[in-house]
Amino acid sequence: MHPVLTLVVQRIALGLLLLFAVSAVIFLGVAALPGDTAQAILGQSATPQALANLRAEMGLDQPALTRYFNWLGGILTGDLGTSLSNRTDIATAIGQRLGNTLFLAAWAAVISVPLAILLGLVAARYNGRWPDKLISGVTLSTISLPEFVVGYLVLYFLAVKWQLFPSVAMVFPGMGIMERLNAVILPVIVLVLVVLAHMMRMTRAAILNVMQSAYIETAELKGLSPMRVIWRHAFPNAVAPVVNVVMLNLAYLVVGVVVVEVVFVYPGMGQYLVDHVAKRDLPVVQAVGLIFAAVYIGLNIMADVISILANPRLRHPK
Amino acid sequence: MRIPISALVGMVFTGAFFLAAIFAPLIAPYGMAEIVGGVWDPASEAHWLGTDAIGRDLLSRMIYGGQTTIFVASAATVLSFTLGSVLGFSAAVAGGWTDQGLSRLVDLVMAIPALILALVVLSVLPVTLTVLILVMGLLDSTRVFRLARAVAVDITVMDYVEAARLRGEGWGWIIFREILPNALSPLVAELGLRFIFAVLFISTLSFLGLGVQPPLADWGGIVKENASGLVYGIPAALIPAFAIAALAISVNLVADWVLSRTTSLKGGRG
Repeated sequence: MHPVLTLVVQRIALGLLLLFAVSAVIFLGVAALPGDTAQAILGQSATPQALANLRAEMGLDQPALTRYFNWLGGILTGDLGTSLSNRTDIATAIGQRLGNTLFLAAWAAVISVPLAILLGLVAARYNGRWPDKLISGVTLSTISLPEFVVGYLVLYFLAVKWQLFPSVAMVFPGMGIMERLNAVILPVIVLVLVVLAHMMRMTRAAILNVMQSAYIETAELKGLSPMRVIWRHAFPNAVAPVVNVVMLNLAYLVVGVVVVEVVFVYPGMGQYLVDHVAKRDLPVVQAVGLIFAAVYIGLNIMADVISILANPRLRHPK
Repeated sequence: MRIPISALVGMVFTGAFFLAAIFAPLIAPYGMAEIVGGVWDPASEAHWLGTDAIGRDLLSRMIYGGQTTIFVASAATVLSFTLGSVLGFSAAVAGGWTDQGLSRLVDLVMAIPALILALVVLSVLPVTLTVLILVMGLLDSTRVFRLARAVAVDITVMDYVEAARLRGEGWGWIIFREILPNALSPLVAELGLRFIFAVLFISTLSFLGLGVQPPLADWGGIVKENASGLVYGIPAALIPAFAIAALAISVNLVADWVLSRTTSLKGGRG
């Protein structure tokens, strides 16, 4: 087998193993915590008989390991269990919301990635001069703000003061694509701002790092224009770290999306998760938590695989 | 020693925030949960920042809120640093299976986004200040562990550590007397960043309604309480947002300076 293929397969297998371990942490770790789910649902005044009945109904009287494998088996066959608070099937409730969340995150990714790379290139080209200082200063301040603050700043100025966009991201089935885009424009702007800064700074750093190499000096002495040096000689060698950072930030969108959905009352997975944490609805929290963790790990695996593939030293073994 | 102007500004503001947090009951003009005016009164002589969604003085809420936020974040940072650095140093000194076990455990916890893991845990545990501090401190200690281990691995191979080992010194001596003094500067620089992270984290949790519980004030919670006013053009929710940003930026400025000083000590570019 080609050595690159071996590396990729190894990385994916390791990721799946990690995902399995994470599911154990989410289920067994929570089961090991002090706190009685049945008591939490029924309240302090519940009779012992009512508690025992509820435990039997939820299967809480079985050992944790049995429950874990039942749960895991269910998830692998697409059965995420039933919600405690309203007795509905979790998988059906999630279906629609997962689509909404992916729609939001996908647009944020489509806009932020090219923009971040472009800004990173510009900042590296004008390193130390005013365009670099301006870009770095603005991005430094967006890094210092939590997502919900960026969210409300954008909401206050763009939706309330200047009334450019709707303030609540309402989407419902049967909406046209343009209406849908108009509805999500503010949350998308916020997500872009949240991930843009880090991606741009790392792109700039990766390119500046490559710029110190001898072949860059050669290219400069050949008389190439600075932008051409960066584009043809520096950027291809900076691709691996840049791709890595891009993927890590896309993974970070997973966290950002939770907060941004709450700010804009967007019917997605994040909102669903937060609502059910407040209701102490453990099956929903575990199922949604596992999905978020799976997406996060999946993107991390992709980052590693792409940087393996992007590394020419691994592509041409001796 | 010359302190650059940005670091000085950062220090002054950070100091001011901490002093305001410590002396909150003396500075705040009104009580934390005292209703003293109408709903969202504009700023006036009596209420410098106006009043909040149920008529409490916003300035007083902000000062008490800063106290809670800064206290929780500091406590979580202290916990994560103590735990993370002691375990990180131990892993580096012990090596072998201890190191492997701890490192893989940390990898596992870091494979789950911190906010998601915190939400899962908080759906079971009662949401009290102690639980919040423990959860945040434990989750964040994984990052400190990685840094502390990475720094200590470089130090454990030094001759003076070898000498201490040959003298027959115990782990405690090697960790606290040989490694800690030499690993202190990168850890101190990291301290500021972890503190900001803790401030942002507790604010986010409170904003989601899963952190500090009312009537206790904290910055994230104040944003949540006053967010509905934004749609009517009342910017009360933006005030704590600015406070969070100001604290984060000023601590960042100080941390940047400490970081650049420590790299110059190592012979890097200042």
